[in-house]
Amino acid sequence: MTEKSAATPPEGNRILDAIVVGAGPAGLAAATLLARHGQDVLLLDEAAEPGGQIYRAVELTAPGSRRAAILGADYLRGADLVGHFRASSATYWPAAVLWHAAPGIEVLASRAGTTHPLRAAALVLATGAIERPVPVPGWTLPGVMTAGALQILLKSGGLVADVPLVFAGSGPLLHLVALQCRAAGARVAALLDTARPGHLVGALPALPRALAGAGPGYLARGLVQILRLGRSGIPIHRRVEALEILGEDAARAVRFRVGGATREVAAGLVALHEGVIPGQNPARLLGCAMVWDEGQVAFRPQADAWGATSVAGVWVAGDAGGIVGARAAEHQGRLAALDVLRAAGRLEAAGRDRLAAGERRALADHLRIRGLLDRLYRPADAVRRPAGDTVLCRCEAVTAGAVRALAAEGLGANQIKAALRCGMGPCQGRLCGPAVAEIVAAARGRAPEGPDHYTIRPPLKPVPLGELARLA
Amino acid sequence: MFGRLSGDDGEASGRVEIRVDGRPVAARAGDSVAGALLAAGVRRFRRSPVTGAPRAPYCMMGICFECLVTIDGQPGRQACMIAVAPGMDVRTAEGDPDRD
Ligand SMILES: Cc1cc2nc3c(=O)[nH]c(=O)nc-3n(C[C@H](O)[C@H](O)[C@H](O)COP(=O)(O)OP(=O)(O)OC[C@H]3O[C@@H](n4cnc5c(N)ncnc54)[C@H](O)[C@@H]3O)c2cc1C
Repeated sequence: MTEKSAATPPEGNRILDAIVVGAGPAGLAAATLLARHGQDVLLLDEAAEPGGQIYRAVELTAPGSRRAAILGADYLRGADLVGHFRASSATYWPAAVLWHAAPGIEVLASRAGTTHPLRAAALVLATGAIERPVPVPGWTLPGVMTAGALQILLKSGGLVADVPLVFAGSGPLLHLVALQCRAAGARVAALLDTARPGHLVGALPALPRALAGAGPGYLARGLVQILRLGRSGIPIHRRVEALEILGEDAARAVRFRVGGATREVAAGLVALHEGVIPGQNPARLLGCAMVWDEGQVAFRPQADAWGATSVAGVWVAGDAGGIVGARAAEHQGRLAALDVLRAAGRLEAAGRDRLAAGERRALADHLRIRGLLDRLYRPADAVRRPAGDTVLCRCEAVTAGAVRALAAEGLGANQIKAALRCGMGPCQGRLCGPAVAEIVAAARGRAPEGPDHYTIRPPLKPVPLGELARLA
Repeated sequence: MFGRLSGDDGEASGRVEIRVDGRPVAARAGDSVAGALLAAGVRRFRRSPVTGAPRAPYCMMGICFECLVTIDGQPGRQACMIAVAPGMDVRTAEGDPDRD
């Protein structure tokens, strides 16, 4: 990492070899490899520290500390990845937001109150996943957060809930964060599992694939986690349905149906989670073709085996290109970097392929478990296309019912946005976009297609007016 | 709503004093503004400009924009993505009732 070039922004006529967006496992691996091959590469990330979602603030966590013990070995291994990146010649811009990007490649990135226009031959989007929004009645109340949000507070501030905490949803990350919060001393009043046991049977066809390579390792860790959860003393309710959060000015309880009965549990904090989906906005802004992945119930950018998207000069790696998990993200980052080197004429195709062989094997290995996870934790229709008056768009307080009524008249996502203002608030449809797309597609009686989602326009994040004025 | 983990790594990092709606709040260096506010017991960050209902952080990763506050006079700042700095002046909807 070069401090000098970090202080001297690569502006004006200088064209970088590559810009990598996102300092998670995919972006760190891509930028490190590009730098090792002598490329002039800039890695920028909105976060103040490298690591992405999984390895957030890993450099600040001392091995052997209480926090390290709570977060575990899968977290701490990120320190090596960050260390290799730090030792490389790549330029690193923390706390820098990419808010516009266009083919060519032209990028506008905001850092410390100034927007920098940047140009590069290649752009690697390693912008990661978001937690799937969980629109349920009451989810806009203060005190309702995502499970990932609680993990972020723990990783970056050592913050732990000190009011009764209820987890609700499904998936390994929900279980992991519940255990981490519990180990940190939180009082977990209940874990409401919405996963449906019927999925177990449906998932069986994906089991053989998961029984080789790295698969058994993941299976073993998953089983250990399930056992630990069972022994943790956390009250667990399974096959939970019709979840709602009660409260006037803040969450005070959850109500849900289980085994035909309706129950209530008091809660000062509610953590929701229904898996993660690729963040949509950067790839859509660039005009990358998006495809619907029925297995993952989400859109992802169309990409080849190297992560090259439909837009020349734009690659995608890691969870931004479809949920693969942290280890696979790392290998995808290196594969994308190798193809960037090929496109730049630094490697022949044969040389690229030779260097890629090991990465490809490791990637396939880490992907063996994916189909099983996707099937086991497939989100329920009620989460994807909520009923009635549930608020979908938090920014503009637009309900599922209002969206559904217009979809039934044949309107598409952008028309519904114009009519109801959903997706027009500051979050720019990040939270309502997935559900609106699914409701639109369902009204048309088919699977979602790329354009069923809102069109995304710059800025990706609001930029203060003064900053825009200085840019012009 | 939140307390600090005892025996935590963060204990070594320095103290940073900020002002929240006019009153002093002690944060830790490296805290996000949203983290510092949650640790200080702030439950309402903003009001929905449409319904007026109170809102607070949902995602903590820059996606939901529910943590928007006024920082050093600049409205609409993402409290979860901005680190605390000494003397920072933070206004929530409570301290700034006319603001959306
Ligand atoms: C909140 C959360 C917690 C998670 N915790 C775990 C966990 O504990 N264990 C686990 O196995 N998996 C976890 N995951 C799953 C996780 O997505 C992957 O394991 C892994 O982090 C994916 O790596 P990645 O490099 O693809 O993306 P990420 O690690 O998500 O990194 C993407 C980076 O891109 C940056 N970024 C995005 N958009 C922009 C922009 N416009 N401008 C600048 N920077 C930008 C983000 O700040 C982020 O740092 C978590 C996911 C989430 C959402």
